[in-house]
Amino acid sequence: MAPPANRRSGYSRRAQYSTFFGYLAGALGVLIGAALLIISISNPDLFSSLRSVATQTVEPAGGVTARARDTGRNIFAVIEGHALSGSRVSKLQRELAEAKVRLAEAQAVKAENRRLQKLLGLTRADPEPVAVTRLTSSTASSSRRFATIGAGHADGVAKGMPVRSTLGLVGRVLKPGRYNSQILLVTDTESLVPVRRAGDDVAAFARGRGDGTLRIRLIELGINPLKQGDVFVSSGAGGLYRPGIAIGVVTTVTTDGAIARVLSNPAASDFVIVDPVNTLNNRKLAQTAADGGDE
Amino acid sequence: MNPKRPAQSSSGFFRRRINREPSPLLAIGLPWLSIVLASVMMTIVVVASAPIVPPLGFLAFIAWRQLRPGLLPVWAGLPLGIVDDLFSGQPFGNAVMLWSLAAIALEILEARLPWRNFLTEWVVAGTLIAIYIGCGLLLANFTAASTPFLFVMPQILLSILIYPLVGRVAAFIDRIRLIPVVEVR
Repeated sequence: MAPPANRRSGYSRRAQYSTFFGYLAGALGVLIGAALLIISISNPDLFSSLRSVATQTVEPAGGVTARARDTGRNIFAVIEGHALSGSRVSKLQRELAEAKVRLAEAQAVKAENRRLQKLLGLTRADPEPVAVTRLTSSTASSSRRFATIGAGHADGVAKGMPVRSTLGLVGRVLKPGRYNSQILLVTDTESLVPVRRAGDDVAAFARGRGDGTLRIRLIELGINPLKQGDVFVSSGAGGLYRPGIAIGVVTTVTTDGAIARVLSNPAASDFVIVDPVNTLNNRKLAQTAADGGDE
Repeated sequence: MNPKRPAQSSSGFFRRRINREPSPLLAIGLPWLSIVLASVMMTIVVVASAPIVPPLGFLAFIAWRQLRPGLLPVWAGLPLGIVDDLFSGQPFGNAVMLWSLAAIALEILEARLPWRNFLTEWVVAGTLIAIYIGCGLLLANFTAASTPFLFVMPQILLSILIYPLVGRVAAFIDRIRLIPVVEVR
């Protein structure tokens, strides 16, 4: 392809100047970008209100796509989900997955009840959800895993509140806006959830790996008791997450733990539930855990 | 002699092009609009648990620059990058800096290699995309996260493979952009 002829400034003073100032403005863009980066690295909260406003403007479109996304499971299944035939299959698959998770959660609840019966007098009631809403958007191309939900201050959502779907834990509220909030998905490398194995009490930490899986790190090292297919639920330690919410199922066993697949794929979560911060435990603990996430 | 004369006010597509010129609003605004839409689109269409979706905004930006060098000014990375940063989830300023750098790099490359073909443009764009995603990961990791480089490899590959398609879409919008719709007076 031949170069476009009009790109040469030639002897025209005006064209030469405009080319020069164009380059100058471009270099200025680089400098401004670098300055913004330094500011945002030193103070990550500074641009969050701006982002919240921006998310607000595309919220209606996000709501529409969220509805269209309901039947899908991941990026490929989203395409499939839009087709009529695929929707039924994915619905059945989802119901099956949900049933499996329910079973695992029931096992966890049984173990929990046994433990609680020992601590006579202490009863735990599931808290009323703060809000039920949709996941409207996510940072699909960034290596950070953030998402946006369609509820904010106005609905009573506050920082640190856990967000779950019917399948399991999705993440927690990072920056509540007025009508929407940014949440940190459990698959982000910053997210750390105290977990235990459903059925018994093998305690561990689940940290996101950034690629849709979790790394399960056992607290007590020794012989690794994990097997493929083990389901992990939140343990409630630290007071941030309500105990007994399913999180992931082990796919690969490693020497010091395991790699787990997240049960609640955010792409398939049509409705998400925002829970209040677990008040049974110390509130302050929850706050420090929430703060620890975004430095 | 045929008594039926062709109607003067024929609504044929080509007839409407006579004595018309492209709307300056469309001609200048559509590239900007399409890049902004590309930035926003992927965040709301897919809620992904892994970074596999190509950075469409950046791809569109590069595609427009390669398709029509000089249509977008060199400083276009500043406003467009701000919009992308608002939605991308990367540390703020990431796109502003990297898009501006990419624009300058493309300008210099264009001056050095005026004769190009599909393959060289793809190689140049692919290199830029790989560097962009790699730098984005470095910056995100520098702020807080710790994602290994291995996890963005599928994204880089997918982005490079999908780039020609983005180029085709840009070329299609380019044709719409230059449809003569405004009557010349």
